[in-house]
Amino acid sequence: MITTSGLTKIYRAHRSSGREVTALDGVDLHVREGEVYGVIGQSGAGKSSLIRCVNLLERPTAGTVTVAGRDLTALAGRGPRAGRELRQARSRIGMVFQHFNLLSSRTVQDNVELPLEILGKSGKERSRKALELLDLVGLADKAKSYPAQLSGGQKQRVGIARALAGDPKVLLSDEATSALDPETTRSILQLLRDLNRQLGLTVLLITHEMDVVKQICDSAALMDRGRIVESGTVSDLLATPGSELASALFPVGGEASGDDRTVLDVTFHGDSATQPVISQLSRTYNIDISILGAAIDTVGGLQVGRMRIELPGRYEDNVVPIGFLREQGLQLDVLDREQPVLVKEAAK
Amino acid sequence: MTWSQMQPLLEQACIETLIMVGWSTLIAVAGGLPLGILLVLTDRHGLLQNTVVNKVIGQIVNVGRSMPFIILMVALTSFTRWVTGTSIGSEAAIVPLAISGIPFFARLVETAVREVDHGLVEAVQAMGGNTWTIVRKVLVPEALPSLIASTTTTVIALIGYSAMAGAVGGGGLGDFAVRYGYQRFDSELMWITVAILAVVISLIQFAGDFAARALHRRGARSGPGPTLRFLKAKDPAAGDVGKVA
Ligand SMILES: Nc1ncnc2c1ncn2[C@@H]1O[C@H](COP(=O)(O)OP(=O)(O)OP(=O)(O)O)[C@@H](O)[C@H]1O
Ligand SMILES: [Mg+2]
Repeated sequence: MITTSGLTKIYRAHRSSGREVTALDGVDLHVREGEVYGVIGQSGAGKSSLIRCVNLLERPTAGTVTVAGRDLTALAGRGPRAGRELRQARSRIGMVFQHFNLLSSRTVQDNVELPLEILGKSGKERSRKALELLDLVGLADKAKSYPAQLSGGQKQRVGIARALAGDPKVLLSDEATSALDPETTRSILQLLRDLNRQLGLTVLLITHEMDVVKQICDSAALMDRGRIVESGTVSDLLATPGSELASALFPVGGEASGDDRTVLDVTFHGDSATQPVISQLSRTYNIDISILGAAIDTVGGLQVGRMRIELPGRYEDNVVPIGFLREQGLQLDVLDREQPVLVKEAAK
Repeated sequence: MTWSQMQPLLEQACIETLIMVGWSTLIAVAGGLPLGILLVLTDRHGLLQNTVVNKVIGQIVNVGRSMPFIILMVALTSFTRWVTGTSIGSEAAIVPLAISGIPFFARLVETAVREVDHGLVEAVQAMGGNTWTIVRKVLVPEALPSLIASTTTTVIALIGYSAMAGAVGGGGLGDFAVRYGYQRFDSELMWITVAILAVVISLIQFAGDFAARALHRRGARSGPGPTLRFLKAKDPAAGDVGKVA
């Protein structure tokens, strides 16, 4: 639904001065129709630049953006102003903002009607559609209020209703919940999830909170310094040993209790979650296993468990028990004491 | 001079001032509003970024703003005669008043429009709105409380200028005060003029402030007034639990 290839954005401070910031460095993103796709990364990673390039609010320096089969970069034209075709394409892409960006001079209903005014719809049609959307986001009773009279969560609901006015296929959301408290965040995310399911809406959302990805994303990408360093469906990521996103989505703590120990992160999902593997391991090899940390959670609608366990002896001494665990279909990450980061299984 | 002699003269003077200030304000707003908006749009990173146009308009506005009115009026004499067919009287005075009002108002408009949150502009761009839509539906309505305050300021400045215009043949209250109050040493008359001007200016300021505040209150981004906040507290986050039906 949304595809970017080789997307690059370089900001130049001044036309003459040489200072440049490479905000996007050849980003290839692929968002499938009907999924909720989360892009996560640290501040300055280029997340906002990416989402703003998708509807060409920001003109990419290089690369292409295709939304619903249309190459938007080709529609953009040369000048800084958006031509008619690009504006038409934009009206089919909804966008919600961190700071809501509602017009304070208009009532809630008139805010939702604004995109319809731009599309040239008649007054009757506009108010019918606006009221329908306000009902959808649970704000039918606030139609005549002004944005200043609403709470943050309510404002964002208006923002979402407004974004849906043009019957978009795609919704872009740049930190839509970052200005909201945790509970309101959950209700807004739930709303986005419901809209995604009911309307078949494809959602690309930017966030810096793992919880957001955990709660509603089907797929996710991790950005760092203008590049996508990891991406895929959440279930694939969780099944990828050493995935940074997976361990961030689903962290377990716990330090090794001394040298001569092997620390393993065991991830359970699907059938393996129901097998008593740890007691089997202990009985079969007669070893004492300490549990350093464990968690069970629902990530992207999947029940997942992760456990950090410690076996006596070095890695070399534990090749057989580790082999046993792997045979049970468990995903293992061996933590190296010298390197605090997760060591990829493949590298061993 | 008795009151019955004075009254028609005073009435006439008030009407002349009203005409001068009314028309010149109208023209100043009609000319200054687009110029002020254009100054913002053509600025760096503006929607119609154009350095040359921006510099030219900026320069014209600056010169117009800093030119003392009395000099402008004299300098414009032949232009005024060309436009109105005469260079004396209230009608003729409208020309220099309007011309000095345009850059005055344009600068105020520029400041007001610049204060509109850029996020709103972006939101409308993301909906597919063009520049004209952004001007009409975002910049002007969102800046309206400030624009009203700017208009008030302009009216009051033009009343001041109109008194100067009056002193050199423009008629109106300024002319009245000079002719009867100053030249005939009739201090009573002069004080009446002063009082009238003070009342008029206060009324305009009050009306302007009231209108601006009324608009601002409904649109205040900082949140509702005390009454609404009280109501909201009883009904915590009412809409946040709503779900898709
Ligand atoms: N208009 C701009 N002009 C110049 N540099 C910019 C501009 N916008 C962003 N940048 C730079 O590009 C880089 C990426 O910025 P971006 O806003 O995309 O990051 P982000 O991942 O959204 O960060 P955050 O989480 O803080 O919102 C940063 O180094 C930023 O300073
Ligand atoms: Mg950002």
